[in-house]
Amino acid sequence: MDGMPENDFIDGHMHNNEQEDSLRADDHSDSNAEDSTLREHKLDLAAVRAKLREKSGKQYWRTLEELSDDPHFEDLLHREFPRQASEWDETVDRRNFLKLAAASLAFAGISGCRQPDELIVPYVKQPDGLILGKPQFYATAMPFGADAIGLLVESHEGRPTHVTGNPDHPSSLGGTDVISQASVLNLYDPDRSQTVSYLGEIRTWSDFLLAMQKPVVDAKAQGGTPFRILTGTVTSPTLAAQIENVLKQIPGSKWHQWEPAGSDGPREGSKLAFGRYVNTVYRPEKADVILSLDSDFLASGPGHIGYMNAFYRRRKLSGPNDTMNRLYVVEPTPSVTGSSADHRLPLRASEVEQFARGLAALVGLGGSGTLSPAAQKWLDAVASDLAKHRGTSLVIAGEFQPPAVHALAHAINAALGNVGTTLYYTEPVEANPVNQLESFTELCADMDAGRVKTLLIFGSNPVYDAPHDFDFTSKLKKVETAVLLSSHFDETAEYCQWHIAESHFLETWGEARAFDGTVSVIQPLIAPLYHTHSAFEVLAAFTDKPGRTAYDVVREGMKTLAGSADPEKFWRKTLNDGVVANSTYAPISVALKFSPSSLPPARIPPAGQFEFIFRPDDNVYDGRYANNGWLQELARPVTKLTWDNAALVSPRLAEKLQLTQRAAARGGEHGQIVTNVIDISISNSKVTAAAWILPGQADDVVVLPLGYGRKRAGFTGSNKGYNAYMVRTSAAQWTATAGGDAIKKTGDEYPLACTQYHFNMEGRKILSTGTLAEYREKPDFAREGDETPPKEMSLYKEFAYPGYAWGMAIDLNSCNGCNACVIACQSENNIAVVGKDQVMRGREMHWIRIDRYYANLNTETGDPEATDYDALANPQTYFQPVPCQQCENAPCEQVCPVGATVHSAEGLNDMVYNRCIGTRYCSNNCPYKVRRFNFLRFQDWETPSLQLLRNPEVTVRSRGVMEKCTYCVQRINHGRIEAEKQNRPIKDGEIVTACESACPAGAIVFGNANDPNSRVAKLKKQTRNYTILGELNTRPRTSYLAAVRNPNPELEKA
Amino acid sequence: MSAGQPPIDSPEITRLTPVLGPGHTYASVTDKISAIVLTRPTSLGWYIGFLIAFSVFGVLNIAIGWLIIKGVGIWGINIPIGWGFAIVNFVWWIGIGHAGTLISAILFLLNQKWRTSINRFAEAMTLFAVACAGIFPLIHTGRPWYAFWMFPYPSVMGIWPQFRSPLIWDVFAVSTYGTVSLLFWFVGLIPDLATLRDRSTSKTKQIIYGMLAMGWRGSARHWHRYQSAYLLLAGLATPLVLSVHTVVSFDFAVAIVPGWHTTIFPPYFVAGAIYSGFAMVLSIAIPLRKAYGLEDFITMRHLDNMAKVMLATGLIVAYGYFFEFFMSLYSGNKFDVFLVQQRLHGPYSHFYFALILCNILLPQLLWFQNMRTNVTVLFIMSIVVNVGMWLERFVIVVISLTRDFVPSAWGRYSPTVWDWATFIGTLGMFVMLIFLFVRVLPAISIAEMRELVSETSEERK
Repeated sequence: MDGMPENDFIDGHMHNNEQEDSLRADDHSDSNAEDSTLREHKLDLAAVRAKLREKSGKQYWRTLEELSDDPHFEDLLHREFPRQASEWDETVDRRNFLKLAAASLAFAGISGCRQPDELIVPYVKQPDGLILGKPQFYATAMPFGADAIGLLVESHEGRPTHVTGNPDHPSSLGGTDVISQASVLNLYDPDRSQTVSYLGEIRTWSDFLLAMQKPVVDAKAQGGTPFRILTGTVTSPTLAAQIENVLKQIPGSKWHQWEPAGSDGPREGSKLAFGRYVNTVYRPEKADVILSLDSDFLASGPGHIGYMNAFYRRRKLSGPNDTMNRLYVVEPTPSVTGSSADHRLPLRASEVEQFARGLAALVGLGGSGTLSPAAQKWLDAVASDLAKHRGTSLVIAGEFQPPAVHALAHAINAALGNVGTTLYYTEPVEANPVNQLESFTELCADMDAGRVKTLLIFGSNPVYDAPHDFDFTSKLKKVETAVLLSSHFDETAEYCQWHIAESHFLETWGEARAFDGTVSVIQPLIAPLYHTHSAFEVLAAFTDKPGRTAYDVVREGMKTLAGSADPEKFWRKTLNDGVVANSTYAPISVALKFSPSSLPPARIPPAGQFEFIFRPDDNVYDGRYANNGWLQELARPVTKLTWDNAALVSPRLAEKLQLTQRAAARGGEHGQIVTNVIDISISNSKVTAAAWILPGQADDVVVLPLGYGRKRAGFTGSNKGYNAYMVRTSAAQWTATAGGDAIKKTGDEYPLACTQYHFNMEGRKILSTGTLAEYREKPDFAREGDETPPKEMSLYKEFAYPGYAWGMAIDLNSCNGCNACVIACQSENNIAVVGKDQVMRGREMHWIRIDRYYANLNTETGDPEATDYDALANPQTYFQPVPCQQCENAPCEQVCPVGATVHSAEGLNDMVYNRCIGTRYCSNNCPYKVRRFNFLRFQDWETPSLQLLRNPEVTVRSRGVMEKCTYCVQRINHGRIEAEKQNRPIKDGEIVTACESACPAGAIVFGNANDPNSRVAKLKKQTRNYTILGELNTRPRTSYLAAVRNPNPELEKA
Repeated sequence: MSAGQPPIDSPEITRLTPVLGPGHTYASVTDKISAIVLTRPTSLGWYIGFLIAFSVFGVLNIAIGWLIIKGVGIWGINIPIGWGFAIVNFVWWIGIGHAGTLISAILFLLNQKWRTSINRFAEAMTLFAVACAGIFPLIHTGRPWYAFWMFPYPSVMGIWPQFRSPLIWDVFAVSTYGTVSLLFWFVGLIPDLATLRDRSTSKTKQIIYGMLAMGWRGSARHWHRYQSAYLLLAGLATPLVLSVHTVVSFDFAVAIVPGWHTTIFPPYFVAGAIYSGFAMVLSIAIPLRKAYGLEDFITMRHLDNMAKVMLATGLIVAYGYFFEFFMSLYSGNKFDVFLVQQRLHGPYSHFYFALILCNILLPQLLWFQNMRTNVTVLFIMSIVVNVGMWLERFVIVVISLTRDFVPSAWGRYSPTVWDWATFIGTLGMFVMLIFLFVRVLPAISIAEMRELVSETSEERK
């Protein structure tokens, strides 16, 4: 995927094969006696005539041989392949053996039907049998940290190809995020490990089962706790029960948990506030005013997809008299949530606690916080706004903030009367909530002391992501038997004796709890592609029933959940719905045992110190998705960086350190930005990173995104970016402070692949924004200055659209740039990954992109090379998804010399890939630059597993061909066929584009603009509706609804 | 210049400088020109020059081969800059290909006698330039093996090209121009080919030239027919000179890209084409007359005239630049105004200033007679103008695309080694063809020069 595979050798080899085979085939036909009998057999015409005479009525025959009932012909007819095809009558020599081995390896991935053996129940459509060419949808769930995202997975002939959200699941409500969208690519990742191995050599599963006898016996005999299990966060009740079962059966065993991007903060915060672990569930749809204390609740953390849905339900405007919620965000670095806030205050991560203390004081809880005068003013305004909305306000503390901030948030919410309305508490969704850092620290200490003989690691990669002060690798070497279950042969696998290839969640049974306690059964959509195993099966190896499958375990677990219901019916309904009925946790009432004044005085970092904060990456998370090309190539929402992580610095800090960046001559603003390389020396360790200047970041803050710099991620993910875990210690998991000499400019430069560097609209009305007050005053502010010419101005005859007129309306008020639509489109439309080098040349292939613009800049040019850093300190950020605008008067159509892009009767700009010769004239003439060209052969045509991934309804484009968004024309045609079969018009909402279905906020609406009652027509009738570059008379079918922010007038005055 | 002539800086005398050196007879003209092809031994210099050009032509072949194997992604183009060097070079070469036909046809119709000694190789140059130009639109497509879809042919699917696209107009304009230019050149060659046939001593040459001469016997009837045909072809070629670059300019003018979408393009492109064409004729004529001692045939009068044409067309081009600017600002169109700012202050402004220097400022030296008659200055000037015209196309094609309507899509372009290899490769191909041409065909029209001998001798009487 990264660059073009070198397959000269393979090609040459195959070519030879063909020659040899054809020669051999000729030999056979001469020497094979059986064959010659067929050929020499003469047709008996007399017999044919006799047969004909015998028959009466109409007779059909294909050949005279058939008519004569020739037994040889019968034989030939019933043989599927020619005679020689099924025979290999040469002794297998070394060369042939290798050929066969290679072929079997290649074909192992593409065997046709891979339905799991056990019953699975389709969710939406339940055909009597599988109809070829017709996708089926199954409900399942993706376990992710302390959450599970409910999904409907599209399956083509047993191959899961595309993921959509399950509207019945609280974690999804129909939407998805980038990681769940891209999860289907993880399944087909060609670098996945495929077998059980011992010291790098392939072993069978029974070898493993056998080998595990001894450690178990030893553990039972030795005393102490030599047998340890290390997992990430576990929300699956049955998996937890299984672990408990193992712990019970092996007396000397213990369970540890560690997630590098885990949430000890919220956990310990709840303990601090309530004296016990509780889970917090927010209800943003009920809140009028929301304050986020460094929480990116719309884009990460448990429940974020559902929260996004709920949050944006309160920002839908149908007219100027509608109301909307108001979001304040305090954060050190611009997140998706912060970038879409009504008010955003950049504060250092350590100052957020001061802010929370200050707020607690203002709502009457005592204590005090120390803030700068400007921040204090901001806080005063927020506090009075929150106070005005008692019971309808919400304060959310960020996952990576210390427990004190969480406890303060709980106290403030209680004081504001929000508990029970805009948030509620439940039992923890984790099966066994612990302080993971303590748990992991204990494990490491025991390993170091030689007290751990056997260590089972489930799905974690501690060699890569453990705090560097633990020196996990050397400790792991002291363990006698380390067993790792992971999807890839990763960094940790190198140091473990046993490595077991892990099944993808689409390959195995399982279940998991969502953020609000709802249990989902994870249905497999495909039998494991390789010899992989699930955690259930590995754990079973240590019980008295080592052969138990995940299905058995889950099925049994469901029986207990079914209660009095008929277990079979309950099981089928659960599979069908994707959620276990009534499994959502009921709210509990917990008493606050915390007072802000009881908090120890907070450490205020001295001035002049840099603050380094660690954050999981927006796309590859903690590094586990590093080998996913879709996620690697996806531009991060705010930075628009791909394929690398960078040390994000604020503009003023960059000025202090004399850091610069410039657009390279190749690719430039749409591709390649050359940045300075800096050495970061903190916590007795050093890492070298590329610096990236990020407007809106708090001063003296450097963000080090986790998840990069992996050594053994696979072809796509290895050796990209730098490894921030190298400078992350257990003492400073999320925030490290260091003196002014912690950053040194090395003098080197590094090119970063950035898909959109220019962030200024240059005074053009590309993205229309306003405030709620402006909207009320002037409802059609979005169309101000619109110069769309009258329809008669065109030289060409107007198209008439008597039937459907497909159109799209994108509500910019609901878009926070989360990127879910981009990956959904990539998955639906078989869009290629091109690699960093090609992105740097400005050739990424996404059909829908999300443009990010900054407003309220004081600089004239907006060029970040200019050094007006004040203007960049806290700009307003806006996002705009740009798919093909499907112009009615399309500039692209008029210039194509071969008619490869043509207007459909329903107003689509159709691309005829077969006809395209690749002049790229259409792209030049497209004012929106939404067309994408296959400059090279970007698609991977060889890797068998990736062939399974493709959507069979969309052409896989080859090189030299232009491509672009088609409004998912395959889905339109599908809907049309269904409607025509039933002899009815297509219903509104029946056809949903991939981007629309992925959007958790419902910002994208597609439909028939000719139908005045359709959702899209109604949106287009709104006064906020406008088109980009209307003055060009392109008449786009994609229109936008202006973004409206709801600022606090009190803060506006300042 | 022979010693007997008056000093050349006298304007009257310059005007009277003959288009043919004194003392030439029919025989001397024929001898001198045909000797280059038939009797003079091939010089070492020719071999060295040809070998160098041939190697560079080899580079072109490698570049095209690699392009076919890998795709146009080996070039520096991207989104938003869909057209890069290939189209720049195409327009540049097509422009160069204007001078030959202009000299042959339009000057012929205008009865400009001085065209005689330069028209043959100017036409050859045209053909070679069009050949170089023709390569680019073909190979710049993503799938060049399907480029024939741009021709209207009766396909079984009943599919036609999309006639609204200027690229289709291009196909017709360029192919017509190439065909007519070739015919015109070949028809002009027929009497000379007969001369070569008659004068060559080896059997092979006699057969080859004989076949190419198509049975020319030099009868009065032949001459009659020949002259009518030549006149007709000249008439046919004349509008093409104007139409080709007009149509090429439509590729840009019809598009909506700021910097492309302007009505001034057709005349300004045609003037630019003649400008660069004459510059290229000078770039070739000056070394050619030096190498083969043709100073009597290609006299200072020719060079002076060509310099004047350059000056005139250069001023038209300057006018074009000015009005492109003025109209952008006057229109008040924000995208056009922005484009002007970009040209002056954007990341590619140095290209624009270099263009102004090469195409407008330096050629003003041609106002001075002593500059126009200084061969070295003229040669340097011709190269400068060629560079300037190439820059003009770069500025128009590439820079307009880097920053158009939606700022989020802005990008930059930088050519790769393959872009350069293809461009330099076509230069090699062009020079190689010129080398071959002067070696195997009379670089100056013998027949027309003989005519000139009779006319000038009459003048002198």
